[in-house]
Amino acid sequence: MSDKSETVKGEDRYKAGVMSYKKMGYWEPDYQPKETDLIALFRVTPQDGVDPIEASAAVAGESSTATWTVVWTDRLTASEKYRAKCYRVDPVPNAPGSYFAYIAYDLDLFEGGSISNLTASIIGNVFGFKPLKALRLEDMRLPVAYVKTFDGPPAGIIVERERLDKFGRPLLGATVKPKLGLSGRNYGRVVYEALKGGLDFTKDDENINSQPFMHWRERFLYCMEAVNKAQAETGEIKGSYLNITAGTMEEMYKRAEYAKELGSCIVMIDLVIGYVAIQSISKWARDNNMLLHLHRAGHSTYTRQKSHGVSFRVISKWMRLAGVDHIHAGTVVGKLEGDPLTTAGYYDILREDFVPQNLEHGVFFDQPWASLGKVMPVASGGIHAGQMHQLIHYLGEDVVLQFGGGTIGHPYGIQAGATANRVALEAMIFARNEGRDYLAEGPQILKDAAKTCTPLRQALDTWGEVTFDYTSTDTPDFVPTPTAS
Amino acid sequence: MRITQGQFSFLPDLTDEQIAKQVQYAIEKGWAVNIEFTDDPHPRNSYWEMWGLPMFDIKDAAAVVSELQACRKVYSGRYYIRISAFDATHGWESLRMSFIVDRPAEEPGFDLERQEVDGRNIRYTTRPYATNKPSGQRYS
Repeated sequence: MSDKSETVKGEDRYKAGVMSYKKMGYWEPDYQPKETDLIALFRVTPQDGVDPIEASAAVAGESSTATWTVVWTDRLTASEKYRAKCYRVDPVPNAPGSYFAYIAYDLDLFEGGSISNLTASIIGNVFGFKPLKALRLEDMRLPVAYVKTFDGPPAGIIVERERLDKFGRPLLGATVKPKLGLSGRNYGRVVYEALKGGLDFTKDDENINSQPFMHWRERFLYCMEAVNKAQAETGEIKGSYLNITAGTMEEMYKRAEYAKELGSCIVMIDLVIGYVAIQSISKWARDNNMLLHLHRAGHSTYTRQKSHGVSFRVISKWMRLAGVDHIHAGTVVGKLEGDPLTTAGYYDILREDFVPQNLEHGVFFDQPWASLGKVMPVASGGIHAGQMHQLIHYLGEDVVLQFGGGTIGHPYGIQAGATANRVALEAMIFARNEGRDYLAEGPQILKDAAKTCTPLRQALDTWGEVTFDYTSTDTPDFVPTPTAS
Repeated sequence: MRITQGQFSFLPDLTDEQIAKQVQYAIEKGWAVNIEFTDDPHPRNSYWEMWGLPMFDIKDAAAVVSELQACRKVYSGRYYIRISAFDATHGWESLRMSFIVDRPAEEPGFDLERQEVDGRNIRYTTRPYATNKPSGQRYS
């Protein structure tokens, strides 16, 4: 969509009264984004009859310097620099009425090292703006100059692997179930069985904090007994994500310190604690050699629907900056939302040092990470050993595969469930490295491995056919088309 | 007990042919292959003894397997031996693989010592039973 700049220049620009956003200078189709600009890509759905370019200019204006009327005090500033500039508006393929608006923001609009500041601008007021039916932040290009103002993950994938002494395969975890109601002593039993059986990690669920049935100290004490005992039984390093989410930051620090005192290698937080709390606890984790696991509790309220909200690829970028070591990022094959290509885009954003534009994966911009630490994605929710070939195919090697029900629901017990998962994983990586077509031969590879592993055979008999095959709501807008030859 | 460190400890012990295939995978990725051994299997024992330098420029897994056989002649049955693969690519510069290829016939495992301190806290110490003896005399 092409249109000329309509920006009013000189003193006419500052006459009191209301002026359209594109006339105020928030639509500059000739603008060339600078290397240091932040760029946001919004999916804009204007109200009926609203010009898409004016709507997009309004998004630029309301997320930077504008208010609803002209103000003379703009003239006390280098206002042209501070105005966000919408420089491109394209119709969304196959979605009449929606437009992709590219908006560039000068680096000086943002405080370094603060996700709160970034989000207060970019998703602050503008999502409730009346002339829009809906608005979604699809992607952002973060310039190196901005990336370098953040510390990123306290450990990152490589340091985490070195600390755990685990290489060349996905890590294995399980969320303790039932998520609510177990006493500390019973909870620790599940942790011990799962870790001894072959998992690397167990995990508190997002809503297990400190409830009447289990005070947080009880959980921490029994979990650490289980972790240490399983370590001694296997000779392997083990961990349990102790959820330190609480009502206040002070209480979270208290729980974090206690986890450290008990010798835990990892603590856990929920996304709902907010960006400031995440960044604060990230600094604490960095200072205390602690891995930091983030459960993305709440994200689907704003990430899932394509028309309105914030894409999870943007949340992934913010969380890599904010500094977490683990983040739940989808399973593709499990019970929760996750289109394969879109999920591949999230995984790239979390794990690669340079992520090239890839519209088929929903990645709109080249994103350099400038050696910022890599985040380990976590795949959790409705996955089981029988899907191992698909999980490795879609998610790769640097991922935590989390089998909660798929471990604890094993008909012969938790240890058996854990062993089934570990054997399935090792057999599949082994076959892949040998050069076998493990995706096609996956079911046979698992059957063969089950010949020497009864728990795996039982797991395959129980869940072999279970799949969650529903249409995704959040899918890429661009599909490859065959080129005419 | 069977120590389950490394990529493939839950599978049956690997044959030389299987080891060669895994090593070939590493070589084709451009990773350096290293043989290490120890008689202290503590999970935090990062530095196993190196059997020579990492092999940076080999093309064929047979070279690694023959080094492994030489290492086994000295240490098999009394030490753990592992093969690891190192990736020097920028942004990784660490191990990509690590798996045990030989282990003592008897693995006595670990003692977990608990020191009860205040507030119900416990200080845990994991100690391999084998390390009660000096290195070299632990597994025989």
